[in-house]
Formats: sequence, C-alpha cells, structure tokens
Amino acid sequence: MSKFSSKRGKDEPAISTASLPDIIFMLLFFFMMVTVLRDATVKVEVIVPEATELTKLEKKSLVNYIYIGKPKDRADQIKYGTAPRIQLGDKFATPGEIPLFIEQHRVTVPEVQRPQITSSLRVDGNVTMGIVYDVKEELRKAGQLKINYSARPKVD
Amino acid sequence: MLKKRKSSKDRVSTEINAGSMADIAFLLLIFFLVTTTIEVDKGILVRLPPWSDEPPITAKLAKKNILSVLVNANNQLLVRGEEMDVENLKDKVIEFITNPQSNPEYPDTPNDAIVSLQNDRGTNYKTYLTVYNELQSAYMELRNGESSKLFGTLFDNLTIDQKKKVIEKYPMKLSEADPTSYGEENAE
Repeated sequence: MSKFSSKRGKDEPAISTASLPDIIFMLLFFFMMVTVLRDATVKVEVIVPEATELTKLEKKSLVNYIYIGKPKDRADQIKYGTAPRIQLGDKFATPGEIPLFIEQHRVTVPEVQRPQITSSLRVDGNVTMGIVYDVKEELRKAGQLKINYSARPKVD
Repeated sequence: MLKKRKSSKDRVSTEINAGSMADIAFLLLIFFLVTTTIEVDKGILVRLPPWSDEPPITAKLAKKNILSVLVNANNQLLVRGEEMDVENLKDKVIEFITNPQSNPEYPDTPNDAIVSLQNDRGTNYKTYLTVYNELQSAYMELRNGESSKLFGTLFDNLTIDQKKKVIEKYPMKLSEADPTSYGEENAE
C-alpha cells in the first residue's frame, strides 16, 4: 500500500520531445512523396464520365493533357462566355493551337519514346461532341494518334 | 536489504528512452509509402486514324458486314435503323460479330464485321463515351472468351504473341464517320 502512495507524491517525468522533429519530417516526406505536382491549374470544370474498359496511363512524362469544359471562374465566364473551352497548359486555347502545343511537349521527350506519347483528353461529360471532334481532327493533323479518353471507374 | 530497495524507488525517474522513436518513425514512413497508391489517370485508349487530305476511299462493303450505330443530338441510339437503349448495345454487337444463328443479314466471320459509329456535333460526350465503352467491352468479352478457350486465362494475362492470335480472331474494326451537324451545339 505504501508503495503507491509514495509514487504519487513524486514529480511526473517529462516526456521527451526529442523525436518530435523526426515525426514532423516524416509527415513532410510522406506528403512530398504522395503529392502529384500538377503543372497547370485547371481553369475549366471537368467531371469525366464513367466507363468500365479502362487502361492506366503509366509514364507521366509521356502524357500531355487537354482539358475541355466550361470556364470555372466568374471572371473567365465574363471574358470567354460559358460555352465549353479548350485549355492547353495553363491557358485557354483554340483548336488551332493544338499542333504547336503537341510539338512543344514532343521536343521535351527523348526521341525513342516519342511514339509512346499519349494525349489525355479530360473532357466534361456534358460537353457536346462538336468541340471534341475538332480537337481530334487537330490531333490527327499533328500526328498525335495515341489518345486517351479520361474516365472514372464505374461504381455499381 | 529493505532500505536499499527503497532508495532506488526514491530516485528521480529517468527519461523515456527515445532512441527507438526514429525506428518507429521510419517503419511508419515505409508502411505508408508501400500502401499508398498515387492517384493515376485512367481512361479508354484509342488510336486515331492518320490524317490524310484525300477523301476516304468509299470501298463497296457488303451491307451485311456493317453494323451502323448512330447517336443523335438527343443522345438517342439508332442501330441498323432501329432505336435501342445503350444497355442492349453490347449484346447486339456480340450477336452481330459472332452470328451464332448464321443469319444471312450478319457477317459470315467475325473478321468481316465492321462497326460504324457516327455521332452528331450536338451529342453529349458522356453518351458518346458510354457507347464507345460498350463497343469496346463487347470486343473485350469476345476476346476474353476466346483466350480462355485457347489459353485458359483472361486476355489481359496473355503474352504479346498470344494476344496477337486472339486479336486476329476478333479484330476490332471500328470506323468513325465525321459527325453530322443537325443538333444544337453549345460551343460558341
């Protein structure tokens, strides 16, 4: 009995905080590893449709993204209207600018890997096919034939 | 004896040994690294036909070899002149390719079968992709069936040579015509 009472009277030992920096660094590294650096902020609203026959896009450096959707910001809506627009890199574009965009990406890739370059079309589900068709025609003209219709896996 | 014991209890207690904390931290770090999957972009891979300035050669193809799929601006489906729901499209395509009842209206071999897809400029992208997905999944089902018959495994697990064999049996011949422009388009 005396054993317990004597302990209670004593000062509690301070927990060492020496490892706290380690934990913080660990968290930091963790988030650094899992965060995918997006090279452009998406200025258009894109909710890709659902599909079942999906293929994964492996090498990020071999993929260029073309976004099609309605402008997101109110300011952009006033400037460009609410009709669907194409976004290349970080700015709005017309279909005519696609060949240059493709070429600019192509030169950054080593020559042996160039046939594997894929264009990922991230298109909103409510966009009509007219603009998508125009983009596809431009891609054909630019010789960029490998494309990927970005989609979400279907959940039943 | 008793006195000695008491003195050891009285001592100001030592700090918790933090030497192993780093090991625990590294263990956690490695655990998260292994279990976290970075979100990857997924989608339907498509190969576009090369661009040519000349108008496409309109070869005479037997009518029975073509399954025409039309999608209009109201997202309705017309398959060989009949209205159809997207849900039934896959079964229809499979029936068309395999032709189990030797229907004279359908192609003789799966090799002859051509699916022709045409949409309107006003068709929703969502509908287009759903239709495209159904067509591809019909071919995938046939290829999976063929590959389990020949090699006893799914098409995805085959080697390149084995895949070629299966594709030879069921080549995906999908022709996409230029879209019509009857419907309302919300672009500019």
